[in-house]
Amino acid sequence: MKFRTILAVLAGLVPASMIAILAFLAIYAWPAVDFNGISFLGGMQWNLGSLYADPVNVGGVDILPGAGYGILFLIVGTLLSTLIALVLAVPIGIGAAIFLAEAVPPRPRLWLSFLVELLAAIPSVVFGLWGYAVVVPLMAHDVFPAMAQMLGWIPGFGEPTGSGFGLLTSGIVLSLMIVPLIAATLRDAIDSQPAAVRESAAALGATRFETVWRVILPGLRPILIGACVLATGRALGETMAVLMVSGNALNTLPQTIYAPVSTMAAFIASQLDSALQDPTGLAVRSLAEIALVLCIISIAVNAAARLILAGFDPRDRRGA
Amino acid sequence: MSMSALPVTHGTALRRAADRSRQRRREWIDAVGWALCAGSLIVLGGAILWILGMVLVRGIGALTPAVFTQVTQGTGGGLLNAIEGTVAIAAGTLILAVPFGMAAGIYVAEYRWTYWARTIRFLADVLVGVPSIVLGYFGYITMVEWLGWHFSIAAASITLAVLCLPYICRTTEMALREVPAELREAGYALGAGAARVTFGLSMRYALPAVVTGVLLALAISVGETAPLLYTAGWSNYLWNFHLVRSPIGYLTYVIWAFINEPFASANALAYVAALLTTAFVLVISLASRLLLLRRK
Repeated sequence: MKFRTILAVLAGLVPASMIAILAFLAIYAWPAVDFNGISFLGGMQWNLGSLYADPVNVGGVDILPGAGYGILFLIVGTLLSTLIALVLAVPIGIGAAIFLAEAVPPRPRLWLSFLVELLAAIPSVVFGLWGYAVVVPLMAHDVFPAMAQMLGWIPGFGEPTGSGFGLLTSGIVLSLMIVPLIAATLRDAIDSQPAAVRESAAALGATRFETVWRVILPGLRPILIGACVLATGRALGETMAVLMVSGNALNTLPQTIYAPVSTMAAFIASQLDSALQDPTGLAVRSLAEIALVLCIISIAVNAAARLILAGFDPRDRRGA
Repeated sequence: MSMSALPVTHGTALRRAADRSRQRRREWIDAVGWALCAGSLIVLGGAILWILGMVLVRGIGALTPAVFTQVTQGTGGGLLNAIEGTVAIAAGTLILAVPFGMAAGIYVAEYRWTYWARTIRFLADVLVGVPSIVLGYFGYITMVEWLGWHFSIAAASITLAVLCLPYICRTTEMALREVPAELREAGYALGAGAARVTFGLSMRYALPAVVTGVLLALAISVGETAPLLYTAGWSNYLWNFHLVRSPIGYLTYVIWAFINEPFASANALAYVAALLTTAFVLVISLASRLLLLRRK
């Protein structure tokens, strides 16, 4: 067989895994999709039903009496924690990228960039450990009460400040996990801008900061947006860190920014054991339906990011 | 933008004063801008040092020789089983992911103009974005539920291999794209076949960058937790060399499960596990950074 054919076949494992993930999740979740219908996305109840009763047959599906599956609280928790993470990470990422690219001399820049990128290398569960052991107590005892006192007039920022496990803590930890992605991408992009752009701006009398802020950054907007969308995808699917600091709320929406939440990813990780208690298997299949929904959202977000970033690869530009 | 060079006319003093105040405002904005940027970097640097410092201090404080010589007993004992399991799972992952990932990367780089290569590159990028817990659940329903395997090293390694596949593919591709076209042309001109040119010339030239992809996969397999929850399970004992029949311990499980226990001995093990995992991942990151630096 030709070398090229062998490679093409082996490379087919990438599309094959992608298709297999979607197909197997969809097939496995199908009875749940069928039973839950559209109220799966709009409902607020994750209820296995009465575990001690005999299953009843509803519309051809065996379920436990009282069982119902709606994940609106998970969708809200996922979106809100991701939103907070982005609000914190985007400005910090931009600031760090500008400072690294423009203000730090080459040699320290190498090591400082490495330090920032290390943040991306630290395992999720270690972020979770740090959040659990350090951030949560700090937030519960000092930061949240102070915030409630100062910002209490904004709806959602007042008392009660809770236990430290919750939405804002998740957002803070998540923001640190996604910020390297934004900072590294943007720093590379700033670095790859031709010197002529800088020189032209300087010749017009712009200061260095004005050059970066008003001339270089606007030109990099598509890359910044692409990196942020990529970071969004990362935050949506983050599991362990969120699981350890979110408080794992069930069937409730957060009333304040400090309140416990749960996300789709964290919920899948924490609920299999209890879902297995359901002898009809519907709970496990409903979890698969969450995984399917999360997978489709992530794929859409990621594909969008890649399409935005395509054609803005600095590597390709250099040759042009 | 400064207008002080304009010809002197009536009202110059006024204009000069306006210029000066504008100049002052620009300088002020500059200073605030740089301060905010520096502040962002300090926040990031501070956070990373804080995390590393916490892991280091609490991890070393809890480190005992028993960690490396004993298996876990309930909420105490050592971590020998988890260390062994992590090593075994990582080895299995690399054995599965490296050949396929590299083959895909080589194909995408060397035949980059084909439709198939562009499809694979795009799907590899999308696959990178699939949350690891989704992969874990996928592994659970396919291998543990349908194939009837137990929580096992095979289920764990296959799941992680799928996770690592796109990373290896993309880094291999990036590495090969840096290979000068002249090198390939010289190879072909001397009569070498495609396989010979790829492995004898291109891969040899790109080796340091290709190795960073393998190191990245290694770091992922050591550091991930979510995909293993429902595929590896957990075991207090050393691995008994069954591929699909018995669960296996791993370090990241100890971090998240043992920190929740109300026992000091369990929490200590969680910190030690975090120290070992983090140290390993840091060494790998440093190694791949040095590999790339030396090449340049």
